[in-house]
Amino acid sequence: MNELLEPFVRMLESIAAPAAVRAVEQGGSADAMWAEIAVSGFLDALVSEEQGGAGLSLAEVEPLFGALGAHAVPLPVGETMIARALLAQAGVAAPDGPIALATSAVSGQVVPCGLVADHVLLDRGDALALVAAADLQVAPLGIHGALAARISWQDALSGAVLPRPADGLRPVAAALRAALIAGCAGQLCTMTSNYANERVQFGKPIGRQQALQQNLAVMAEDMIAARIAAQLGCAGGLDISLAAAATAKATTSGIVPRFAATAHAVHGAIGVAEEYDLQLLTRRLHEWRLADGSEGYWNELLGAKRLESDASTLDWVRAEVFA
Amino acid sequence: MFDTFTLAPLPPEDEAIRPQIRAFIEREIAGMPLAKRARTWMGFDPEFSRALGREGFLGLTLPKAYGGQERGPFARFVVVEELLIAGAPVAAHWIADRQSAPLLLNFGTEHQRQKHIPAICRGEQIFCIGMSEPGSGSDLASVRTRAERTPAGGWLVNGQKIWTTNAMHSDYMIALIRTSGSAADRNAGLSQLIIDLKAPGVTIRPIVDLTGDAHFAEVFFENVELGDDALVGNEGEGWNQVVAELAFERSGPERIYSSALLLDAWVRHVRAVGRTDCAALIGRLTAELATLRAMSIACTARLALGESPVVEASIVKDRGTSFEQELPVVIADDLAAHPDEAVDPELYRTLTYLTHISPSFSLRGGTREILRGIIARGMGLR
Repeated sequence: MNELLEPFVRMLESIAAPAAVRAVEQGGSADAMWAEIAVSGFLDALVSEEQGGAGLSLAEVEPLFGALGAHAVPLPVGETMIARALLAQAGVAAPDGPIALATSAVSGQVVPCGLVADHVLLDRGDALALVAAADLQVAPLGIHGALAARISWQDALSGAVLPRPADGLRPVAAALRAALIAGCAGQLCTMTSNYANERVQFGKPIGRQQALQQNLAVMAEDMIAARIAAQLGCAGGLDISLAAAATAKATTSGIVPRFAATAHAVHGAIGVAEEYDLQLLTRRLHEWRLADGSEGYWNELLGAKRLESDASTLDWVRAEVFA
Repeated sequence: MFDTFTLAPLPPEDEAIRPQIRAFIEREIAGMPLAKRARTWMGFDPEFSRALGREGFLGLTLPKAYGGQERGPFARFVVVEELLIAGAPVAAHWIADRQSAPLLLNFGTEHQRQKHIPAICRGEQIFCIGMSEPGSGSDLASVRTRAERTPAGGWLVNGQKIWTTNAMHSDYMIALIRTSGSAADRNAGLSQLIIDLKAPGVTIRPIVDLTGDAHFAEVFFENVELGDDALVGNEGEGWNQVVAELAFERSGPERIYSSALLLDAWVRHVRAVGRTDCAALIGRLTAELATLRAMSIACTARLALGESPVVEASIVKDRGTSFEQELPVVIADDLAAHPDEAVDPELYRTLTYLTHISPSFSLRGGTREILRGIIARGMGLR
């Protein structure tokens, strides 16, 4: 682990232990947790050094996103990092609190961490708007433990306006979701293989059954594919290419159903128990799969773009995804 | 878990080889029909391999002292990627360049290195790998072919290998053979021997496959006498040497691109008829190919650091061959879901060839179930 990631993970372990995550999910205050994160300075990781940030690239910050996913952090930390970088680029002063990302111009959309955000950076279609949560209708989804909210508005949106990236806010949000999924999948892989080594049935650990080993190996393959796809998505900087974002999000979202199913299948009944930590992670996997476009959305978009070109698949991905 | 298996870039100096190898391929195999190209590493053309050697495209990972280019695994990745995407006939040098020469470099005597590696780099010595036997497939430790020491210090070999790729075209086989103990001793007592396939007592019978090709063979050894220089590495260490060798076989881009020219031909068809109803499918396959390519480069980066990425290579191979096998399945369904659309006969032949041969993709170099066992062990299970 490098000198950037190690203190970040140490901080998350101290402030976002499973009990703390549950407390926020059950309506407790996240203020103390947020204060620790804010004072750490990590929120300005993507802001340039001239503007007082750490000047890190998206690729350098990607492992931090992964750690947020692995710890099921119940706050929009990655979202706020991205928002603060975009605000700084536009010369707009960033507010202190958590900022969620809303990547559709449509009222009534579901926004991850919407319940615990003070502001929402919203893609209006013509520009980005930094809207105070108090100026929006922020409605809980009525789903146990969910911190995502349905946000709506009637009148014109208030708040500071900044330029919209060429392809909008969705590609960079999708790259963040991809990294969250990948980090979460890494944690689930470790949890699930540990459990398989501990749980004894038929006189031996279930992890010694070939049938389970085969399924767990596929889980590891999915985890690695998600990790590397997320890294591909974050390799090119904040102004992320549509094809790289699509590859990252389509691949990571695509692994979720099988991956979460195997994690639960290996754990048996205890995996769906509220008091067991597995569900903190698998519920998030499902949420992030759908957030900012599922695999179906990004596959369609990627395929349509690919069909515009007469290049070979290799040349096309070299130019569009690996560039 | 597997924390060092992360995205790695292709170094620009290796990427720089791409235009040269691409121009070479276009020159050498222009006009080769698609279904023939789909044979890729079953396509046997010794003149093509020798030409590659002359141009410096073989032995890329091998030292200059032995006739290699001393460029490393990334350069080999670029060259192999271009060869496979084009469907070039690479069988005549494939195994020697990928496995046999690195094996001899790591474990061989100086005499063996001098005798074989420069010739491999010129594309002039063809090797095959003798592993499977009639009673020994995935359970490789159960091989029964035996070699006994002769009074003169050489070896006397008796037994049989089967499903040996390219044996009938090869000059030499590096065979996994029992040199002491019995099958009950499992992987103890196994050694690797170089067998000159022109030696008396060697009989090779090609086996025709379901596509009408004969790419593999059975090989019989009847009192085959070998010199004392036949042993590769240490006697009894054959198992560990084979495991190291298989990481080379499992990690390369050949595990993701076997059906890639079908994907490209299908995309050309879809564009030509002006359809967009399969955009989501094309997007999914494109994302999967890009991810697999990044995984294969990440694995190559471990090779470049001098590691033997056994688990990483198994992950790439299992996922890569699943992709190679899925392509003909979904493309066949798409084409036949449009029964009123004309399909080019060459595309149809290529599709059918790959449909029929693709089960072998997850057999050659270690079956899916064996690879998943290796991955599970790497996860700390067992």
